[in-house]
Amino acid sequence: MISLAGRDILHAWGKFVFTGVGLGLLIGVTLTMAGVYRGMVDDAKVLLDNSGAELWVVQQGTLGPYAEPSSLYDDVYRTILGMPGVDRAANVTYLTMQVRQGERDVRAMVVGIVPGGPGEPGQPGYLIAGRQITRSHYEAVVDIVTGFKLGERIQIRRNHYTVVGLTRRMVSSGGDPMVFIPLRDAQEAQFLKDNDAIAQQRRRTAENPAFNRPVIPDLLDAVIASQSINPYINAVLVQVKPGFIPEDVAETIRRWKRLQVYTRVQMEDILIGKLIATAAKQIGMFLVILAIVSAAIVAFIIYTLTLGKIREIAVLKLIGTRNRTIAGMILQQALGLGIIGFVVGKIAATFWAPIFPKYVLLEPGDALLGFAGVLLICALASVLAIRAALKVDPAEAIGG
Amino acid sequence: MKFLSVNRRMFALLAVIVPLLALLIYVALRSGPLAPISVTVTTVTNRSIAPVLFGIGTVAARYTYKIGPTYAGRVKRLDAHVGDRVKAGQVLGEMEPVDLDDRVRSQESAFKRAEATLREAEARQSFAQTQARRYEQLFAARATSEEIFTTKRQELQIADASQSAAREELARARSDQGALVAQRANLRLIAPVSGLVAARNADPGTTVVAGQSVVEVIDPASLWINVRFDQLRVSVLSAGLAVQIVLRSQDGRRFGGRVLRVEPIADAVTEEILAKVTFDALPKRLPPVGELAEVTVTLSALPALPVVPNASVQRVDGRLGVWLIEDDKPRFAPVKVGATDLDGLVQIISGLKAGQSVVVYSQRALGTRSRVKIVEQLDEVSP
Repeated sequence: MISLAGRDILHAWGKFVFTGVGLGLLIGVTLTMAGVYRGMVDDAKVLLDNSGAELWVVQQGTLGPYAEPSSLYDDVYRTILGMPGVDRAANVTYLTMQVRQGERDVRAMVVGIVPGGPGEPGQPGYLIAGRQITRSHYEAVVDIVTGFKLGERIQIRRNHYTVVGLTRRMVSSGGDPMVFIPLRDAQEAQFLKDNDAIAQQRRRTAENPAFNRPVIPDLLDAVIASQSINPYINAVLVQVKPGFIPEDVAETIRRWKRLQVYTRVQMEDILIGKLIATAAKQIGMFLVILAIVSAAIVAFIIYTLTLGKIREIAVLKLIGTRNRTIAGMILQQALGLGIIGFVVGKIAATFWAPIFPKYVLLEPGDALLGFAGVLLICALASVLAIRAALKVDPAEAIGG
Repeated sequence: MKFLSVNRRMFALLAVIVPLLALLIYVALRSGPLAPISVTVTTVTNRSIAPVLFGIGTVAARYTYKIGPTYAGRVKRLDAHVGDRVKAGQVLGEMEPVDLDDRVRSQESAFKRAEATLREAEARQSFAQTQARRYEQLFAARATSEEIFTTKRQELQIADASQSAAREELARARSDQGALVAQRANLRLIAPVSGLVAARNADPGTTVVAGQSVVEVIDPASLWINVRFDQLRVSVLSAGLAVQIVLRSQDGRRFGGRVLRVEPIADAVTEEILAKVTFDALPKRLPPVGELAEVTVTLSALPALPVVPNASVQRVDGRLGVWLIEDDKPRFAPVKVGATDLDGLVQIISGLKAGQSVVVYSQRALGTRSRVKIVEQLDEVSP
């Protein structure tokens, strides 16, 4: 039994392969778009994973610390540590800002953590080089995406930090890489105005006769000192003791400390449902349109390929080939084209995904779904082509 | 012939398809969740580490002398400028004396008047004495009456009393003058010690209240650093420990020093412990008061225990531990963590033995069923 489809493909294999590759690149784009969407959602999830927290304690009535600004006094964690079921609690601050290194600057999320040792909430988890922060000031662990190297000096506001460790996949929900620095420095960075602003504020205070009184010589210094403190943090990360249900612990803190507390599930809802919702929908919409366009193009390609062979099909019919054989040939060719396209697309997507500035997550599940989709679309498209082929009048082989 | 041509085409097609499939399999297995996780490992060794404390402080002067008037008044002149070196006893400036000079002169006159009064009393007394002696002799020779003799003796006693009153009046005038001169001298602002003028808070013509400082003098030899250490792990901090000091203005240079004392009162708000650190030898260029300084305290080495880098310690399901590599498979071993040092080494009190392989860096979070690939260095980290 000779495979008609195989013979036909061999007859014009170059055309067939190149069509497949072109189709593949299109499928690659669709797969990548799905990856971009998955990457966005994953960015939001790793943000939560990386914080190492089970509960987020934030300012009452806010959706903080990621979706809304939240500020708490930095001694709140002490009272939280005393609540039943709380195992560990640590202060944390988040601030997205430009981090300078030499001539260039990088947009990054600066995270202030308590340098309390490994495994504490808020600490960066797995490093890929270097070490964790050990000094209580002026050290930084950065995400590899920032492009900073071990031992480099980076500048955040007016202080310099030495990069002591590198991590990967430590990003904010917006995809900005994270820079971890000790909490005290981060509080300062969040509050610190530039030197000019500070000097101007001092001058303004000194010119105010209410503060600068000759009879009380030290009053001005006291006022300026009181203007220069920042005892605030953005959230307290809490780990729950084994055997306690996070929601119960959260409820106790909500009730007695009158603070807002979110569990992991609620936080995920906030991040995915609110923070990145519009952007994700945007990408999702684009993905749907791209998928429809790809399907249409696949259908047209197969249809035109078949129409190009219409004379040969007429000859086949003339020599008495059964309809089933002709239909099988077209279907097999369509599926072959789909398989080549998928393989090329998958390979292309895998190779260009790491070049994207934001994370692109290619999930095997998505790939399988894509594969099934491609085969389905090819099969449906071939139906159109088969109809056209079967309607051909064998006389066309001689006439025309 | 035809068969050959079909075969060649088949061969060409296979030449395209087979590498594509191979590439697909490679891609599927080398990326995504099926790919092995690249990790680096290290061998646990027994060694002793020296824990190190790190604190931030500011340069401060141990003694600050705030020099100002004891009475409210106006500054007349001020010769000392910020940065001047002054000697003990040197006059730095003076307050406006207002009427004090005139009062000193008036007191001088009062003194001279008292002197004159005394001379007058002395003259009277000496005459009264002569008279008393003469009448005594006359009375002895019965040449005068007893009444006159008694009168002369009384006159002598009155003259004695007048003289002593005049002497005391003179002493009072002298003391009054001395007091005024001392007050006048008190208007001068005098450096109590040799040192450096650190601040000049008022200029000539300014009215200042009693006790307000006009000039501040510090003793540069008494510079120390007011250091703040995080309260975590500072139980071992004590006076006398050697430290290394890095000044912000002289980055890279290290100065030796010593912990002078650990303050008995910690900062409850910032959760820091305060300590004073002195320089072994002061830097040639004196650091300005208020400059930021980093202080590193190296503590004595601890007994040898298994040691791992702090990057390898992870918390999994609420337990602290490390990932061991046994037969190329990861296994999580809970550990108890001891002292750490500033280079990122952690002592393991229990849960690990020397010679075991632990994961230091890994590309992703590990699980017990993860496939791992041991590498020298992770791909992302360029050398």
